[in-house]
Amino acid sequence: MKLNTLTIKQAGEMLAKKEITSVDLTKACLKQIKETDGKIKACLTVCEKEALNEAKKADERRASGEKGDLLGIPYLAKDNILTSGVRTTAASKILKNYIAPYDATIIKKLRQAGAVLLGKTNLDEFAHGASTENSAYGATHNPWDLTRVPGGSSGGSAAAVASDMCLFALGTDTGGSIRCPASFCGITGLKPTYGRSSRFGLIAMTSSTDVPGPLTKTVADAAVVLSAIAGVDKNDATTVNKPHPNPLLGKERGGLEGLTIGLPKEYFVGGTDKGVADVINQAIEELKKLGVKFKQVNLPHTKYGVPVYYIITPSEVSSNLARFDGIKYGLSIQDTDRAKADLMDIYTKSRGKGFGPEAKRRIMLGTYALSAGYFDAYYLQAQKVRTKIKQEMDKVLETVDCLLTPTAPHIAFKIGEQSSDPLKMYLEDIFVTGASLAGLPAITIPCGFDQGLPVGLQLIGKRFAEAMLFKIGHNYEQATEWHLKRAKV
Amino acid sequence: MQLSKEEIQHIAKLARLELTEAELKKYGGQLSAVLNYIDQLKEVDVKGIEPTAQVTGLENVLREDAVRDWDEKEIEQALKDAPEREERFIKVKRIIE
Repeated sequence: MKLNTLTIKQAGEMLAKKEITSVDLTKACLKQIKETDGKIKACLTVCEKEALNEAKKADERRASGEKGDLLGIPYLAKDNILTSGVRTTAASKILKNYIAPYDATIIKKLRQAGAVLLGKTNLDEFAHGASTENSAYGATHNPWDLTRVPGGSSGGSAAAVASDMCLFALGTDTGGSIRCPASFCGITGLKPTYGRSSRFGLIAMTSSTDVPGPLTKTVADAAVVLSAIAGVDKNDATTVNKPHPNPLLGKERGGLEGLTIGLPKEYFVGGTDKGVADVINQAIEELKKLGVKFKQVNLPHTKYGVPVYYIITPSEVSSNLARFDGIKYGLSIQDTDRAKADLMDIYTKSRGKGFGPEAKRRIMLGTYALSAGYFDAYYLQAQKVRTKIKQEMDKVLETVDCLLTPTAPHIAFKIGEQSSDPLKMYLEDIFVTGASLAGLPAITIPCGFDQGLPVGLQLIGKRFAEAMLFKIGHNYEQATEWHLKRAKV
Repeated sequence: MQLSKEEIQHIAKLARLELTEAELKKYGGQLSAVLNYIDQLKEVDVKGIEPTAQVTGLENVLREDAVRDWDEKEIEQALKDAPEREERFIKVKRIIE
């Protein structure tokens, strides 16, 4: 048996029974990375030595009687999450050699839980994108078809989980960046409620929607990871004090009778490929068999989600990326003529050379939207429309237990197919921006294939009601077993 | 709407980005296209609607204004990341003539 193919639950049971060690698991993952990452390019950094050290420590902790769902479980983290001592690049040239002085809160929590960090995964530079093609270090390839994108921006994390390089991975989701790649790669991806898991130590993109979450092989595993990374953090004032999501909830079987799922009309009109729509409809039928009732609901402002997102995101990006200035850390370039090399010169040269095209595009767009004379027309109007989107989703969610939609309107596209047209790429986010703008939890679960490539269904829940998504998702998974399908790499 | 080259140059200056001629031209077209797409937001009636400030209903999250000491190793690593330093200071170009 290949240990790297295990789920967290399976590996945890074997570790508890002392049938395997964390060092065995970690070595199996490192071997898989070595054998397959040349083709897939999911990892930006692999920290073999540190990982084996941590695995050894985890084994010692277990030997001394300690227990834990994640004790000794190897994982990968998206490279916009700070890891003390292991470089963090955000897939940007501007942070090529950056080593963070501290761990992100979620990394710290996983370290305390005894999880083993294998390395850092590729992403669209600063998480700007839906394909992982915007990485300064080259695109990641979809394990199901190497000529296609893995989705983005957490494309490295999704491709790594889908090809069994790790037992789970961390990603960040700002407007679909966990859900899109998880769906394209045929795995589970959870965007927790905004404020559920700390943003401290993430390289900030859009602070009002950024949220870190797990990419896993099963729904139950997502519940385990969420329960480890969730909680109030004094370093992130937006984290909310709510009862911890119970990891056992993911184990529940049955109990779907009497639940009602809403199907937002606006997510089921045109634009979605027929193959994807067919698979989603089959999933709805499957859930009906499990006792779920469906009800059509209306979210008329859905179509404004993407335009709102592409004002708010660049605006916050332009502000958040102002810290990369060639002074405190990262790439620093100045005119060779010392007389010309003033402060402004260092700023403009370091940023001009250090940022890639999409980061610059978003900085420019955001700077424009926030500039004098345009603020009311763009940013303020977008935040008002955002209020309408949020109110509308909240109201509909009062009448149903959750919403079901496709995660993406089509399967993974070819590398290079859409990268020349930024607007077309932005439209990739059509089904995922709503939950981000409203701060609602959303999960994508594999639900079948179109033209041999994975399709994901999205469940959007009430604020802080991840447990409902786990319950429905876990039951669906047990009934269908799409999550057991693996790419041959 | 079509942004002029001067407008693009002005935005780049505000954003502290040195752009090449080719970039100025490319972003001019692309930003105009995105802004035209975003213009559809104007059709939404938002009379009496408050702009979103945050989504979870938190209010006034306060903490004590107390100094928290940094770990020595963290300080050293943070300083190490700076391109120019002198002892425990990061060097910056002169900003006052």
